[in-house]
Amino acid sequence: MPGVNKDKGAKKPKKTSIPRTPIPEQDAKKRAGNFDEVALGYNRDQALIEASRCLQCKKPKCVAGCPVNIDIPQFIKALEEDDPAAAIAILKQKTSFPAVCGRVCPQEDQCEKLCILGRKHEPVAIGRLERYAADWEAAQGEAAKPGIAAGKGKKVGVVGSGPAGLTCAGELAKQGYDVTIYEALHKPGGVLVYGIPEFRLPKQIVQRECDYVESLGVEIRLDHVIGRTMTVDEMLENGHDAVFIANGAGLPMFMNIPGENFNGVYSANEFLTRANLMKSYRFPDYDTPIKIGKRVAVIGGGNVAMDAARTALRLGAQVHLVYRRSMDELPARREEVHHAQEEGIEFHLLTNPVRIIGDQEGWVEEIEVIKMELGEPDLSGRRRPVPVEGSETRIPVDVVIMAIGTRANPLLTQSTKNLELNKWGNIVADEHTLATSKEGVFAGGDIVTGAATVILAMGAGKIAARSIDRYLRGQPLLTPEEEEEIRAASDKAAAASK
Amino acid sequence: MYKILDKVDYSDDVYMQVIEAPAVARAARAGQFVILRIHEEGERIPLTIADFDREKGTVTIVVQAVGKSTRHLQTLSGGETLANFIGPLGLPSEIENFGTVIMAGGGVGVAPIYPIARELKDAGNKVISILAARTKHLLLWEDKMRDISDEVIVTTDDGSYGRKCLVTEPLKELCEAGGVDLVYAIGPGIMMKFCCKTTEPLGVRTLVSLNSIMVDGTGMCGACRVSVGGETKFVCVEGPEFDGHQVDFDELMSRQRQYLEQEKIANDLYLECRGDAQCLA
Repeated sequence: MPGVNKDKGAKKPKKTSIPRTPIPEQDAKKRAGNFDEVALGYNRDQALIEASRCLQCKKPKCVAGCPVNIDIPQFIKALEEDDPAAAIAILKQKTSFPAVCGRVCPQEDQCEKLCILGRKHEPVAIGRLERYAADWEAAQGEAAKPGIAAGKGKKVGVVGSGPAGLTCAGELAKQGYDVTIYEALHKPGGVLVYGIPEFRLPKQIVQRECDYVESLGVEIRLDHVIGRTMTVDEMLENGHDAVFIANGAGLPMFMNIPGENFNGVYSANEFLTRANLMKSYRFPDYDTPIKIGKRVAVIGGGNVAMDAARTALRLGAQVHLVYRRSMDELPARREEVHHAQEEGIEFHLLTNPVRIIGDQEGWVEEIEVIKMELGEPDLSGRRRPVPVEGSETRIPVDVVIMAIGTRANPLLTQSTKNLELNKWGNIVADEHTLATSKEGVFAGGDIVTGAATVILAMGAGKIAARSIDRYLRGQPLLTPEEEEEIRAASDKAAAASK
Repeated sequence: MYKILDKVDYSDDVYMQVIEAPAVARAARAGQFVILRIHEEGERIPLTIADFDREKGTVTIVVQAVGKSTRHLQTLSGGETLANFIGPLGLPSEIENFGTVIMAGGGVGVAPIYPIARELKDAGNKVISILAARTKHLLLWEDKMRDISDEVIVTTDDGSYGRKCLVTEPLKELCEAGGVDLVYAIGPGIMMKFCCKTTEPLGVRTLVSLNSIMVDGTGMCGACRVSVGGETKFVCVEGPEFDGHQVDFDELMSRQRQYLEQEKIANDLYLECRGDAQCLA
C-alpha cells in the first residue's frame, strides 16, 4: 500500500545502507583441487536483496558502460519484483548469452564502474544478478525462443563460433537469414571452450548457448578451417551473400629469450587448450596428455595468465606467477587475482624472465628472472618496467607457461584476396560498421582488435549483424542519425583533446 | 562423422585407410596434412596426406601404429567412422619444374612423398625415388612410386631387398654425380637429419616435411614450434615443409619425445584391455 510508507516505523532500510551481497564461493582449499565452478551464484533471497539496492536512476550511467547497452535498471527491477522471467527477457533483448556475460564480463571496468552507488558505497553487483537470471532460466529447462522473422532467402557465412560469431549468427537468424557458422575446431564455442577454464565458465553452459543458437536455425559446421578447407572467396562464390569473419586472435607470442623451445615450455593457449578443450586433466580417460609439472612458472599478468596458473594449480602443481610490472598495473580482473592468491599462487611482481635453463635431455629445469623497477610511462600510459642490473635469480621449475598475448593468425587473411590488414596483420574494419575493404565481408572480435574481452566480441557480433542486414537490404550501413551521432561524438572528442 | 571406406594392413603395425571427407579432398594439395580424432575422448592426431581423390571425395592416410590412438585406429575397418577429420592443413608443396629431383622416403615416409613426387613428375621434373625400409616386407608403395618415377632405388637395412644400405648412400652417390636440383627427404627425424647432413656439404637444396606434436594444427597453440635457421617457426602454419639444412633436428626429435611417459601409460592400459570399453572405463 502506498500510504504505508508514510509511517516512519515501517520504512524500508535505505538502499545505501545495505551492503553489497557477497556471492557464495567454493572454499579456496577445496577448489584448488577440483575443476568445479568457483563462484556458486546467488540464491533467490540474495538476488532479491541485491536487486533492491539498485537506485533505479532516471539517467542510468551503468547502461553506457555496457558494450551491448543492456537496460540494466529494468532487468534489476524485474528481479527485485521476483520476476526472473521478465528479467531474462529484458537481458535477451541485448545479449544472447547472459549466463556467459554474467560470469566472465569485467563488470568492474564497465557497468559497475559507473554505478552511482559505487561513488560512496559499493556498486550494485550487476554481473551476479545477470548470472542469477540466466541460471534461473536454465533451471526451467528449455530457453524461451524469440520470434523468428520469415525467411529472407539470403545466406550468410560466419567464420568462427566464438562469442562474436555466435552473437552475429543468432541475431541474423532471428531476422530470417540462412546462417552457417564454420568452426575450425571439433567443438563450437571458440575461446569459451578452448580458453576459459571449467571453473570459471562450465562448458555445459557454453554448450547450452551453442544449442540455443542452433535452435534459432543456425547451422554450425565443425572441422572447417576457413583459409584451408575453404577460402573466404570460395564462400562468396558458393552462395554466401555476406561473410562475417570472427576467427579470433590466433598465434601465441613468445618472449624470444633463450630456452623457449625446451620441453615443458607451453604457450598459455596450448596449456589451456589441452586442459579445457581436450580435457587432458582427465588423462588417461581422455587421450590427450599434459605435462603437469611439480613447479610451474606462468609468465604474464592478464586473465589468460590467471587461468593458466589456476589450471596448473588444480592439476597439482606449485605455481609461480611472474609479472614484469607491479600489482597496480596487473591487467587481470581483480576478482581473478584475488581468487588466485587465495588458492595459493605465489606472485613474483616486478620480475621478468631472462632465460630458461634446461637439462641434458632438453627439459626445463630452472627459469632465470631479473628484478624490474618502474620507469617513465610508456605509450600505454603505464610506467615502463626497467631491469635492475645484477638482480638475476633463478626459480627451479619443470614447466613454464607463456601468457604474454597473441598475434594475428595469418591462415585466413593470407588466403583472402583484397582484404586490407594493418601492420600487425589484423583485419582493418570500420569501427562503426565493421565493413572491411572487401565487398560483402565484415570482420570483428579479436582478429580486428587484437586480444580483448568476450563482451566486446559480442558487441562486435551485434554490430556486424546490423551491418549485414542493411547491406543485404541494399541500405546504407549507417542511418543519417547514426552518422550525425558519430560526427558529434568525434567533434566532442576533438574538442576535449584541445 | 567421417566414414572409413577402406583399410589395408601393410604389416603388423603399418596400415592404410581411405576416408570419406569431400570438403578436405576438394581442397587438398600435395604436402599438406590432416588432423583426425577417433572418438569423443580422443586426441587430435596429425597425419600427412598420402593421397586424395577430389572426384570420389576421399583422402588416404598411411599410419604406423606407435601408441594407443594409432593402435586403436588400426582396429577400425571399412564402414566404421571417425569423429573428426580436419584439413587440409599446412602449406602445400611448391610445385615447379626444378629439373632433376630426388624423392627420398624412409619407412612410412614413402606415403606422403608419393603425391609430391606425382605432382613434380607432372610438372616436368625428372624424378628419382629412393625408397628405404628396414626390411623387405615393410617397404611401401613400390609400385605406385615406380609408376611416377623415372628411376627407383630401393634400400633395406638388412639387405633383404634392393641394396643393403641406408638411404643416405645412394643419395650421396647421386648428389656427388651432379645434376641434382632438389632433394625431398621425408621419414623419421633421424633419417631426415642424416639426409640433410649428406646433401648440405654438396650444396643440394633439401626439403623435409616435419611431423611435430600438434594440438589444433591452425597456429593457435604453438606445440609444433621448431627452430629453423635460428628462428622459431610453427610447423602447422609455416610448414610442414622447410629447408632441411636450416632445421634443428635434435630439438625436433627431443620435442617429439615430450609425452613418452604419458604415451606409455595410455598404451599399456590400452594393450591390457585390448580396446575393451568396459575394461578401459
